[in-house]
Parts: sequence; structure tokens; C-alpha cells
Amino acid sequence: MLKHFLTLEWISFFRSASFKSNLGIKILMIFGALYFMFVFLAMGVGAYYIIKKEGWGDPLEVVNQFLIYYLVADLYLRYMLQKMPITNIKPLLYLPVEKNQVVGYSLGKTVISFFNWSHTFFFLPFAIVLLVEGYNPTGVIAWQLGIMALIFCNNFINVLVNNKDQVFYAVLAFITIMGACQYFNLFDITQYTAPLFNALYQIPLTALLPWVMLFALAVSAFTYFRRHMYLDAGLASKKSVAKTEDYTWLNRFGNLGTFLKNDIKLIKRNKRSKTSVIMSFLFIFYGLLFFTGGIEAYDGPVWKIFAGIFVSGGFLFSFGQFVPSWDSAYYPLMMSQNIKYKEYLNSKWYLMVIATIITTVLASFYLYFGLDAYLAIIVGAIYNIGVNSYLVLWGGAYIKTPIDLSSNKKAFGDKQAFNSKTLLLTLPKLILPLGFYALGHYLINPTAGYIFVVMAGVLGFAFKNKVFKMIEHIYKKEKYKTLAAYKQKA
Amino acid sequence: MIKIENITKTYGSATVLNIANLEIPKGQSFGLVGNNGAGKTTLFSLLLDLIQPTTGHIINNGVLIDESEAWKPFTSAFIDETFLIGYLTPEEYFYFIGELRGQNKADIDALLPEFEGFFHGEILGQKKYLRDLSKGNQKKVGIVASFIGKPEVIILDEPFANLDPTTQIRLKGIIKELANNREVTVLISSHDLIHVTEVCERIVVLQKGETVKDIRTSTETLKELEVFFESEGMPKSQLG
Repeated sequence: MLKHFLTLEWISFFRSASFKSNLGIKILMIFGALYFMFVFLAMGVGAYYIIKKEGWGDPLEVVNQFLIYYLVADLYLRYMLQKMPITNIKPLLYLPVEKNQVVGYSLGKTVISFFNWSHTFFFLPFAIVLLVEGYNPTGVIAWQLGIMALIFCNNFINVLVNNKDQVFYAVLAFITIMGACQYFNLFDITQYTAPLFNALYQIPLTALLPWVMLFALAVSAFTYFRRHMYLDAGLASKKSVAKTEDYTWLNRFGNLGTFLKNDIKLIKRNKRSKTSVIMSFLFIFYGLLFFTGGIEAYDGPVWKIFAGIFVSGGFLFSFGQFVPSWDSAYYPLMMSQNIKYKEYLNSKWYLMVIATIITTVLASFYLYFGLDAYLAIIVGAIYNIGVNSYLVLWGGAYIKTPIDLSSNKKAFGDKQAFNSKTLLLTLPKLILPLGFYALGHYLINPTAGYIFVVMAGVLGFAFKNKVFKMIEHIYKKEKYKTLAAYKQKA
Repeated sequence: MIKIENITKTYGSATVLNIANLEIPKGQSFGLVGNNGAGKTTLFSLLLDLIQPTTGHIINNGVLIDESEAWKPFTSAFIDETFLIGYLTPEEYFYFIGELRGQNKADIDALLPEFEGFFHGEILGQKKYLRDLSKGNQKKVGIVASFIGKPEVIILDEPFANLDPTTQIRLKGIIKELANNREVTVLISSHDLIHVTEVCERIVVLQKGETVKDIRTSTETLKELEVFFESEGMPKSQLG
């Protein structure tokens, strides 16, 4: 039986649509994976010596102190990215296969996932260095095994809480607050968690505890799925109660309002788009890294503009960059309905402009860091509206990845979204404004730098009709290819 | 109304559609039949400019379809579920289509009761998004949406498939009524010979992308089609 499962798995891997994406991207991905493995390895080996050299204390204890955040971050990533095992069960239900086997296999599959073994690249070399440096071997091995069990615990926790958004966001909020408290020296959660991890080393027998926990979690995940393996229970897709909404206040904008209404519903009622908007909200806080001087590399004056672009352009980058793809599920309707391309693009443009303005207003708390900081954000917003909004729409014409609105997977960095054309288009989005500013800043004075960037934005705004004609033309040219691409489900 | 001139569609070396000349006059109810792969959906997709013809042109009411968008205001269609917006309720979807076609909410509210029988109480006020409706109910929504805004050309791909018997009968009534209205040209494709002969005044048979029959519907049409499809694909020697 296992043999059958494995052959199916093999075939599905090699025949998947993404595997057939072009060779260049594959090579890039392999290099990416190798790079991350190398970074993790280097961190595993180097962490010990860096901590020692910087004099932060005993390396093992330092690692233990931050382990709680590491584990939570891992859980977060899993929740967002790791595929759930139940998706492929349906066709197996009516075949002569025992349910226990199906569930066992599906859960087993999650165990060998990349999300579990990738951690070994850090923890194993770190443990080896500990041994070399004369730490107690039994302790180190117990610690290593304990951490491993905890990472696998995460695996099953993720399986169990999958699709329970409320629980998940509550935990996330709690940890974020804890992190903030620690940063501002209000309350330090690690004081309570670090001893637990230290105990794994000091009292090797305690390493059994995480394993017991892991066993309990695995069993409960198994029974949970075994019990819910019916089409109308665990395997059913969630259905929400629908409410008809009018947004009549948008009617005054005519056809534009019609599209805006639709886009608001799109964002509100689909998981994937909701995630994107939440992410774009987080972009607002990205500027803190720059304006608090938190990271030295960002202290140069030019980086202010970089921060300004990102803070005000979160929505533009996370939602706007996938613009026609949001409508991929019903693109044939949009293309044959009584809609002019120009109106369609225009509505998306307005959506981005409105979002950029709202973000800029929300970001007014940067005034706390001085007028100059907020000025950088306003300048960034003007450039975003005047130039980047077009570039995003332009790039969208070449992104032909259909988006599955109901699923959150791949919300972060869909590899097919990175083709050479969109990569080239990010240059003017980010580098160009930096260049404009640097030109003014170093040749004349900082104010001139701002004025240069603003000028670029205003010029772009002034030529809107001309630019739109160009973009419309590109969309029309790509229309048939886009329609064909959206037809293939990823 | 619709003029098809030298249309071919080729994928690689396979020609999936090849129609030298086909003209559909205004007000005609036009039926398209053919086995799987005969090119029915390809032809409809070309009519909606969803795919690009390899050669030739389609002219809809004087508008060259692949060059101008001016055919959109008077043409509507339901091909498959990609014409539905999954995260809207049926009402919202009707309003959305209505607004695109210059009909306000009151117009739509006045229009929908006409289709109450067709909906069979399963569409309106159900507190469900389109994505959560059954295939058959989704189809009902798509078909009714294509009637919104007084279109002059209505294109329906396999409208009878997936519908329950009651709804099929009601849909036939609706299409017949449209056919009687000489302002509206209706194009329908179907696998069901009985339905299509009942509602269409003209039937064209596609076989491997080419028109092999062009019949003005009469009492003998059904028999003629049945004989044709019975023998389709059989070697000539067996036909006798």
C-alpha cells in the first residue's frame, strides 16, 4: 500500500504545474535553497563563537533564551505556508484502503516536510560545536533531542489548529506584545521560558517530556482526522454565511464605484487577499527600523526615501503587484462583459491611490520621529502614486499566475510571480527614487532631494492619460496569453 | 448580425476549427451541436474574443470583434463557471452585472421576479456565496445574468447540462420566448438533441471543427440528427 502512495506522490511532484515552470527559475530556486542551507549551516557553526566574542554570556543559554521566539516564528511560518495533508485524501476515500492507513500516511507525510528537517541545518552544527567546546555530551544530546521533539510538536500543532484563524491570531498578538514588552524592558517572558530549555541540558531526563508531548499531539492529530474523515466534516470546505452588501455610498462614482465595491468585497471575503492587506498594514511599521536608528546600515540619508516608499506603499506592493491575478478566477467574464479595459485599470489604480493615501495618514505617527521622517513618507507616497502605481499595473500585465483566493498558501513570494520582466520593473520602483533623492541631496541640499522625487511623482501624475494608454495597449496585447494561463490551475 | 469569415483556429499542427463562411441573421435562434472536441466552445470563445483566431474574422453587428470592444454593450454570454464571481452572493452578482450594463438596483429587482420559477427558490435570499452553491444552481445564476440589460446577442454554452428536469423545461420556455422576440439573437450549444431541436430554428452541426450540416429545424430534424450522430465515427463500409 505504501508503495502505491509513494508512486502517486512521485508522479504528482514531477507533473505539477510549478515543476514545469521554466528552467531559469528552477536553477534560481535551487541556488536559493542552497544559499539558505549554507546560511543556516554557517549560523549553526558561527553562532557559538559570535555570542562568545560579543560577550553576551553562555552561548547555549543565550540560544535558549530566544528559543521561544524561534519556535513561535516557526509555527507562524508553518501556519502560513505548510500544506495541509487533507487536501489529497478525497479520491482515496472510496477506494479499498483502510482509513487508518490513509490518515497515517497523510500525517506521516507532514513529518518529512522541509519545515521539519530544515532546522537540523542550524541545530546539528550548533550541537557539534558545543560538544567540541567541551559541553557535557549527554546534556547536549538530550537538549538536541528535546528541541527536535519541540519542532515536530509544532508540526502537529499546526495540523490541529489549521484553519482556526481566531486561535492563531490570538497567539500571534500575545507573542507580539510579549516581544514588545521585552524590547522596552517592561516584562521579559524569556525569564520564564529559558529555564525550561536550559533544563533539557542540565537534567537530560527532562528531554523525555517534549517527546511525551509530541506523542500525545501525534495521537490526538491522528484521532482527530480519523474521526473527521467525512466529506461533510473534516474534509468539507468551510462555508460562511453570506450577507448581501450594497455600499450605496460608492454609487456616486459611477462605473468606478461598481468596481471598487467589488474589490472591497474581494478583499473582505477571501482569505488570500485578506492576508495581503494585513501584510500591507505591517509595512507601515517597517519604517521604524530606519527612523529609530535600529539598524546601522540604514542610517544613510538616502535610506529615508526607501523607507518612505515602503511605508506608504505597502498595499501597492502586496496587493497591487498581483493586480489582474486577483480576478483570475473570473477573468473571462471581465473580458467579455461590458467593461472597457481602461475603466477596469482605472478602478484598480484608484484603489491603490486611495490605499496609499490612507496609509500615509495612518503613518502620521512617524511625526514622533520628527517632521523630516514624516516628510520622507509623504514624498514616498507622492512617488508611489505618481510613478509606482503605473509600474505595478504594467508589471501585472506580465504576471500570469492564477490566484486561488480561498487559500493562503503561496501568499508569500509566489515563485512564478518573479519573472525577469517583473524583476526588471522593481528597479525603477525602488532604486530610481533613491537615485533622484541622492542627486538632489548631494548636489544641492536635502530639500532639493525631496523636490526631485516629488517632481518625478507629479510628472507621472500629469501624464496619466498617456501612460494609461500605453499600459492598456500592453494589457490588450497580453490578453489572450493571460486568459490561457489563468485557465490552468496552479 | 454575426458574420464569420474564413475563421480557423490552430494549436500547433492541429486545426480545431475551420469555418469558411457562416452568417447568423438578427433574431435567429441558433443551435450548435457536435461531439466533444468538435469546436463548439472554441467557436463561442472566438465570438467573445477570449481566444485569438489564427486566420479570419468575426463581425458582430458591424464590429470587428478582435479589433474593437464595441460589441460588448450588446453581447452577453454564459460559458462556464469562470463567468461567475465566487465571493459574491447571487443578488450582488446580478447587481454587479446590471451596473455594468446600465441597470440600477431597482431595474434588477424588477427583473428578477420573472425568473422566480426558474430559480425554484434556491437562489435568492439563500445567504450563500456563489462559490458555495451547487453546480446546477451556479448555472442558473450565470444564465439569468446573461439576460440582464437587454442584450441583442446571447451566447449560452451547454445551458441544459447540469440542470434538473424542472429547470430544463423552464429554461426551454425562457429561450423560446427570447426566440420569438426578433430583436434578440440567441446562440446555444448542446449535447441534447431533443432540447436543441425544440428551441432553435436553425441547427448547425460541427464535426472536427468544420460545419457538416446546416439545417432549418422541422419535424424531421431530430430524426436526421440522430441518424447522423449514430453513424458518426464509424467506418464508411459499415454504413451500408
